[in-house]
This record gives sequence, C-alpha cells and structure tokens, in this order.
Amino acid sequence: MICVSLRLQWPGFSLDVDEQIPARGVTALFGHSGSGKTTLLRCIAGLEQAATGRLSVNGDVWQDASRWVPTHRRPIGYVFQEPSLFAHLTVLGNLRYGQKRSRNADRRAVQFDLEQAIDLLGIGHLLKRRPAALSGGERQRVGMARALAVSPKLLLMDEPLAALDLARKQEILPYLERLHNELQIPVLYVSHAPDEVARLADHLVVMEAGRVLASGPLNDTLARLDLPIRLGEDAGVVLDGHVAERDARWHLLRVACGDTSLWVRDTGASLGDHARVRILARDVSIAHEPKAGTSILNTLPAEVISLGDDAHPALSLVQLAVDGSPVIARVTRRSADQLGLAPGQQVWIQIKAVALL
Amino acid sequence: MPLLSPTDLEAIALTLRLAAVTTVILFLVGTPIAWWLARTRSRWKGPVRAVVALPLVLPPSVLGFYLLVTMGPNGPVGWLTQTLGIGLLPFTFWGLVVGSVLYSLPFMVQPVQNAFEAIGERPLEAAATLRASPLDRFFTVALPLALPGFVTAGILSFAHTVGEFGVVLMIGGNIPGETRVASVQIYDYVEALEYADAHRLSAVLLVFSFVVLLALYAGRPDGKRG
Repeated sequence: MICVSLRLQWPGFSLDVDEQIPARGVTALFGHSGSGKTTLLRCIAGLEQAATGRLSVNGDVWQDASRWVPTHRRPIGYVFQEPSLFAHLTVLGNLRYGQKRSRNADRRAVQFDLEQAIDLLGIGHLLKRRPAALSGGERQRVGMARALAVSPKLLLMDEPLAALDLARKQEILPYLERLHNELQIPVLYVSHAPDEVARLADHLVVMEAGRVLASGPLNDTLARLDLPIRLGEDAGVVLDGHVAERDARWHLLRVACGDTSLWVRDTGASLGDHARVRILARDVSIAHEPKAGTSILNTLPAEVISLGDDAHPALSLVQLAVDGSPVIARVTRRSADQLGLAPGQQVWIQIKAVALL
Repeated sequence: MPLLSPTDLEAIALTLRLAAVTTVILFLVGTPIAWWLARTRSRWKGPVRAVVALPLVLPPSVLGFYLLVTMGPNGPVGWLTQTLGIGLLPFTFWGLVVGSVLYSLPFMVQPVQNAFEAIGERPLEAAATLRASPLDRFFTVALPLALPGFVTAGILSFAHTVGEFGVVLMIGGNIPGETRVASVQIYDYVEALEYADAHRLSAVLLVFSFVVLLALYAGRPDGKRG
C-alpha cells in the first residue's frame, strides 16, 4: 500500500492529497493538465522537496516530519515524459548507469535482469547507438528499460506517451501492456488520455486542482455518474474477460465477461487470451424490448441503477448493471423520460461499438 | 640571426607556464563557482556574478593596483603570506598566478556556467532516479554533458592569460625568467626602440592567438553548443 498524505503550496497552485493507493497492478493518476498529477508523482519520487506530510510505501517511510529519503535512495524507477536519456552515453551505457548503481546499493535485492528489460522492450538492436540516433518511440522504450534495470519496487511513469504522435503511441502501448502483464512491479501511471487509462489501468485516481476527486478500482470509478462529465466524449467503462469463441466467417470474436458475451471485431487475439473491452457511454442505447431487425450485434439485458445529469442539459447519463458489471449510457433526457427510466427497472441495452483494447 | 632570441624564448616559456598553471587552477576554482551560479536561486547570485565579471570591464591596472596593495607588506594577503612563511607575492611568479586567476576568472566561469545551465534539471533528476548521489550526478552526468563548455572555457582562459599585460606590469614588474612574460618583453623592446625584435615576438603572439581562436570556432567537439 502506498500511503500518501502530502501538502504543497505554490503561488496559484496547491496540492492536498490523502490517499491510499494499492501497491499492485497499474494505478492511473488521471486528470487534466494542472490537476497536480505530475506534481504528486514527483513528490512520491522525492523530486519535489517542497511538499510536507507523510509518505510510506509498503510500510517503509520515505517522508515524514523527521525523515526525508532522497530520490537516489528510494527504490523507484521513473519514466519521464521526454525520455531524458544521457546524450553522452550509448543506449547500453544508459541502461547500465542505473543498473550498476542499484546493484551497489542493495546487493541482496532480487535483480531485474538487464537482458529481460532489453527483451521486454525490444531494444536489443539499439544497444550501441547514441540517443541522438534513435526515434522518439525508441528513446521512450530505452527510457522505460532504463527505469526497469534498477529493479524498482515501484515504477513511476509520467505521461510516457504524451510527447509521441499516434503512430509512436501505438508502437509503445503493446510494450506497456507487456509490462503490466509480465511484471509484478506496481506502477503509478500519470495520464490525461482516457484511452490509455482504459487500456492499462487497474485502479484509477482522478485528480483536479491538486485534490483527489475520486479513486477506486477502474470499473467502479469509470462508472460513477459524477465523473463522466469530466471525461466528456470519452465517458465509458471497461470490462475484463477472455476470448471465448472465434467466428471465422464474419471475422468476429466473442469475449466472455462473466456470463455476459460481447461480439467484437477479430483483432487476431488467441482463444483464452485475457481481453479488455471498452464501451463508451455514447455508444449505448436503451430499449424496453430486445429489438429485431437491427444492425446492432450486442444487445444485453440490464438493470437501471441510477440516473444522473450530463454536462449538456439535453443529455442524461444512466448507470446500468449488466450481470453485475457497471455500464453507463448517454441518452437524451427526453428519451429517458419517454422510457420512464427509474432505478430497478429491467431494460435492454444495445451497444453500437465495443472496442477490444 | 635566429627568429627568436634566448630572452624571447625564456619569456615565451614563462608565458606558457603561467597560462597553463592559471588554467589548471581556474578549472578547480571556476567550476564550483559556475555550478553554484548555474543552480542557485540565492539573492547573492547577482552580486557574485557581477564580481566574477568585473575583470571584463575593469582596467587591468586597477585590478593590478589593488592586488599590489593587498598582497604587499601592509596588505591583509601580504600579512597572511608572510605569517605563513611564504613571503610576499608581488614580483614573483605565484603573484602573477594569483593575478591571472582573478583576471581570467570570467573567461572560465561564464562558458562553464552557460554549459551547466544548458543541461537543465532533467538529466540530473533522471540520474537521481537511477540511484546516483549528488556528487555522482555531478561527475557522471553534469561534467560530461558540459564538456564542450569546459573546452571553450579552458582555451579562452589560457589564451586570455597569454595576452595579459596590465596586471603583470603592476604586480610582476619585469624580472627575467620570473615575471617577464612575452607581452612585457614586447613592451620593453618598444621602449628601447628595438622595433625589429618587437615585430618578431608580436608576430608570434598574433599567430598564436589566431590559431587558438581558429581551434575554438572550427574544431570544437560539438560545433552547435558551447
């Protein structure tokens, strides 16, 4: 458990966070720029010394009234938004820089294998190059491998994809997912991009103006009706399941999330693979009866849990439960009124688009 | 007649020795000052920068005069050196070294400070997250990244010391093999109306200065920065 209780006061900005963050899986610190998410990450890394309060990670106190562990003694790995590689060293030199120092610092600790980091991020062919000779995506992969090579007990990532264009993002995301799936290191991942959060996070901390607005397991937090307003068009939920069936004729996959099945486009995933699907609120419509004669593939029974306001007065948000999993729908207030939607009501939802992440 | 007389060669050798010793000392003295200036937010930053830059605008005779007074028998530095048994510094080689270090200080500090500032905070933060202690970060990240600045600073300090005249004349006088550097030697020739000799030595210094500056502008390891 990462116990953060930190305060910081700058002209025009204050940070005030009391939060318990699970020290496993990926926790996304999500918010708009200026929400304090990067500042919080820097405080946890010890790069921001102005914050007062207490910080402990898995029982080790890194900061309190009498103690302040400097950054180089904190067992962290840090990935900056710009890769910040050392220009005077080769890629291998960059990787070894932290690795040999962490080995000197703690000889008993289980060492992360440099080879493993190089393999995981696919940078074996770049080792002899200088950072100046790498593409943006390659640099960021080296930056991640460098952070892993210190065998961190906590990996801190500050918008590692934000400085990259869409193609480079698509290049890196699979590597981030491998980190997620193959390593046991807890990750704090700062992002302002809902699609990255939906794809990578297990736990979500939403920040605004230096405060934590909401936090909890990803699905529960995404399904809260008081937050989608801030996500705008990206409001929606994710469901975790596995690939259960392949329909070769129509190039579709059936993803089973509990007892619920969703048909998605065939992305080439193998049967049995873990699969995460994303359902945006704007793609969900509600009906009293399952409709025949529709192009919609996924029609599911659901129960209305609650109704809430959306940013525009014409729209409302409906939280529904599909076999226990929360889903949110964005419908017009007129439709909600005509359908007579009320908590506890049994309805059918039609999902126009389901994205396999 | 050879190009340069033994006296000329002695003066040139002394000049090079003075410049080399001064540059080495400046690396040791100037680097911490440059590092502090590049990173501090102290209110003393402005005044310290101004003091370091003073030799750029001060007439060398003014600097030399104050040095002569403070290092002389009645000055505080003179008192200190006498108490320590070193004797008095004016009119000695080491007196010249002290004067040259002060006189060339901005030529060391400013390029190095600029180089440190150009590195920025980020590579040092990255090094900290990679377990490097502050001293470690300085030697393994800041120094290598600032290397072009150090090369520039070293060349400029060396060359500037070679070209020194006013301070030397004030605190060094004109003792052969001890304080008579090339620029003073030329002055002596002119005083004695030995223009041919003055020409030869002047030409050597002219060529030297040009070659140094050429090396600086054309042959820097990193032509874009520094």
